[in-house]
Amino acid sequence: MIEIRELTKTFNTHKVLDNLNLTIEKGTTCVIIGRSGCGKSVLLKHIVGILKPDSGQVFVDGLDIGRLNEKELDNLRLRIGLVFQGGALFDSLTVGENVGFGLIEHTKISQKELLERIEEALSLVGLGGIVNLTPAELSGGMKKRVALARAICIKPDIIFYDEPTTGVDPITADSINELIKSLHDKLKVTSVVVTHDMKSAYRVADKISMLYQGKIIAQGSPEEIQNTQHPVVHQFINGLAQGPITETLEEFR
Amino acid sequence: MKKLFLILGKKVLAFFSFLGSLSTLAIQTFYWLFIPPLKKERIFEQCKKAGMDSLPIVSLIAFFIGVIMALQTAYQMQRLGAEMYIGSIVALSMVRELGPVITALVVAGRVGAAITAEIGSMQVTEQVDALQTLATSPIKYLVVPRLLALCIMEPLLTLYADIIGIFGGYLICVNKLGVSSGMYRYITFSALLYKDLFTGLFKAVFFGMIIAFVSCYEGFKVEGGAEGVGKATARAVVTMFILIIACDCFFTALFYFIFP
Repeated sequence: MIEIRELTKTFNTHKVLDNLNLTIEKGTTCVIIGRSGCGKSVLLKHIVGILKPDSGQVFVDGLDIGRLNEKELDNLRLRIGLVFQGGALFDSLTVGENVGFGLIEHTKISQKELLERIEEALSLVGLGGIVNLTPAELSGGMKKRVALARAICIKPDIIFYDEPTTGVDPITADSINELIKSLHDKLKVTSVVVTHDMKSAYRVADKISMLYQGKIIAQGSPEEIQNTQHPVVHQFINGLAQGPITETLEEFR
Repeated sequence: MKKLFLILGKKVLAFFSFLGSLSTLAIQTFYWLFIPPLKKERIFEQCKKAGMDSLPIVSLIAFFIGVIMALQTAYQMQRLGAEMYIGSIVALSMVRELGPVITALVVAGRVGAAITAEIGSMQVTEQVDALQTLATSPIKYLVVPRLLALCIMEPLLTLYADIIGIFGGYLICVNKLGVSSGMYRYITFSALLYKDLFTGLFKAVFFGMIIAFVSCYEGFKVEGGAEGVGKATARAVVTMFILIIACDCFFTALFYFIFP
């Protein structure tokens, strides 16, 4: 279970997260929606402890992230897989080395077992025979899948997806949604998906939370969100230019 | 007037905060240096990038510097009829001063800039964050091997530059200025003392550290895409040059007084 309590983070003078509270139950898929640049990725980075909050706490299975020492934090991180928006594959390494990175660095498994685990992770995301390629030789959609394979190769309990369907064609996007669902069913992981792609949100979510002005303003099942009366959520999920969210219009005036 | 002080004050404060952050990085790096495991392949790879691949450019520059030193010294020495002492001047200035500094500047420009650009690109594409989420310290993974490689390769390259530079001077003196080969060698070796070699190589190790820390630090600090990488690389090279020259001046003065 992930519990976020009164999390606040300010960059320069801009308050990105403002007393944010959120609970994500074990084994569920939680989708966090919100506009680009509203702090969704920042929220994810707080949960894995890459960013330190100005105030507030994050608990993962009862452990307070802010109070863990280096070693405890690393142990926790090995239970979490994070799929970055652009993949963030290490371009000096091959695909195989990328996928097996966590195992190579932190375990003493044999070469044979390592290769098996890498192949297994790659086949879970529907890729094969690319172990010796470099990330530069892959297409955008493949990079996202390799990044996903890298995240699942360490067999995590929790997987975070940072905009998994952004920047890929609709067919790849749908196959990534399928993947998120099937990984969730097969591996029984807790998934947190950050996105502004509503189609993807409805497909994969058990629960959708909307992040707006640093706070979670609405939470519910996909049906509940779809039928919401909340004006901000309504505007966002239907993609309307007119409504209570007007920052863009004001900025360019 | 007030404005001038404000600007000056800001610059001074920025410089000290930079030194502070750089020292923090240095302390963290030394901490991670002693935490096993230390992957040898990674250090070898960096040694190759920093050392082996710098050999051609270091050879070229050291050779020309040796030739230039010999010719410029000859210009004065010929008036005194003391051409045979050119060898000792070339050897001493190469080993004590020019070898370490020229090598450090070349390595800063070639290797340091590459490190900043590489780590900077990793930073903007979230690869540094990815390292952390895979429970790997970016300092351990990126900085430690580069620091070790530069601290090993810098003195070796310097030694190599010394030899090539002296060889350049030798060619000029023996072929153009009529100094005999044996005489040149005798003058060179009798002028050089171990302390000269030691001070030069000591400086080289220190310059290696400056290059490693500044280039990595600027790389980690990159923000905002390709433009940010470009700016950081330029800033890193300028900072490395300034620190190398400033430290060189400091150490030269120090050694002058403690090993008279």
